[in-house]
Amino acid sequence: MAYQSSPTAAKEAHASHPGTHHWWLQRVTAVALLPLSFWAITLLDMCLNAPYPETLGWLQQPFNSACIVAWIVAVFYHAALGLQVVIEDYIAAPGQKIIALWTVNLTFLFLALAALLAVFRIISKG
Amino acid sequence: MAEFTLPKNSVPTEGKTFQAPLHAQNIRRFEIYRWDPDSGENPRIDSFELDIDDCGPMILDAILKIKNDIDSSLTFRRSCREGVCGSCAMNINGKNTLACTKAIDAYPGTIKIYPLPHMQVVKDLVPDMTHFYEQYASIKPWLETSTPAPAGSERLQSKEERAKLDGLYECVLCACCSTSCPSYWWNSDRYLGPAVLLQAYRWLVDSRDENTGARLDALDDSFKLYRCHTIMNCTDTCPKGLNPAQAIAETKKLLVQRKLG
Repeated sequence: MAYQSSPTAAKEAHASHPGTHHWWLQRVTAVALLPLSFWAITLLDMCLNAPYPETLGWLQQPFNSACIVAWIVAVFYHAALGLQVVIEDYIAAPGQKIIALWTVNLTFLFLALAALLAVFRIISKG
Repeated sequence: MAEFTLPKNSVPTEGKTFQAPLHAQNIRRFEIYRWDPDSGENPRIDSFELDIDDCGPMILDAILKIKNDIDSSLTFRRSCREGVCGSCAMNINGKNTLACTKAIDAYPGTIKIYPLPHMQVVKDLVPDMTHFYEQYASIKPWLETSTPAPAGSERLQSKEERAKLDGLYECVLCACCSTSCPSYWWNSDRYLGPAVLLQAYRWLVDSRDENTGARLDALDDSFKLYRCHTIMNCTDTCPKGLNPAQAIAETKKLLVQRKLG
């Protein structure tokens, strides 16, 4: 353990610059998710209570198709941005931090692609 | 990874107890964190019983009495005894504050006094402020201009322009806010912390300063500024009643406005 504080550490830390972009996109996706999540509750309600053909027909309407794509993109993007902050807060070791960040980013990218592919398959059915 | 266990020799042990004088009528107990780097021992919590009838009204009066009358090795910083120097910042009953502006009567029962949290301790109640001051210096807390000063007069400021500095200039850099911030605890190597960010904002809104763009550039960093997660401990604990969280939020707004504008 080193008790000596580094007088130069504060001066040499130059700005990394993605800060504002990241913070702003987190807010934008959060606000977008407010109406989209109410829409997603409607979808969940139909999935649980309406017959399959009716739900499919509802989802195939252009507005609803656009909504589910927007919801998936916003949810996974927002989740990745948020988890990035958590990882940066609590993992200080540079190597572990980079591995954790990219694991999270690629996992959410994969999940979002899988979800979008599933949606396209469902709504393109007869 | 975050360190979840305490380092060796960091758990405080029970220390000495100093009884109040026999004739004392009005006794208050102070439990104070003690650590001597030269002893090689764990920190300890010493208990001092004071005759409050024979002591000044403030917490600082009590620890000065302890140092003068009971244990001269008790180490702490103090200077102005009226809340303008920021030296006697410490953690009193779980809250960072200035010992000189808090009355003993404001606390019920035993009063527990610790150094500012999550700072390296130099001795007893004295934390190492080196990095904090370096961070302060890193935001260039002085007027930066490119135009020459008006001949024969100072740079003028209207009353409205001057009013923007209210709530900012009063900061005494005691570090109560920064050391109450969990984000500053975990990431103080890169996160500037509320006190320094409040000062950064003080220069951003100073109408006489001509380096706002470069100042914003320097703050646009995911660690220097954006480790603030609006926890609000800073505003809650500030012994001067200032609002660093608002200054940080305003700084974020300035950055977004510049980005979108």
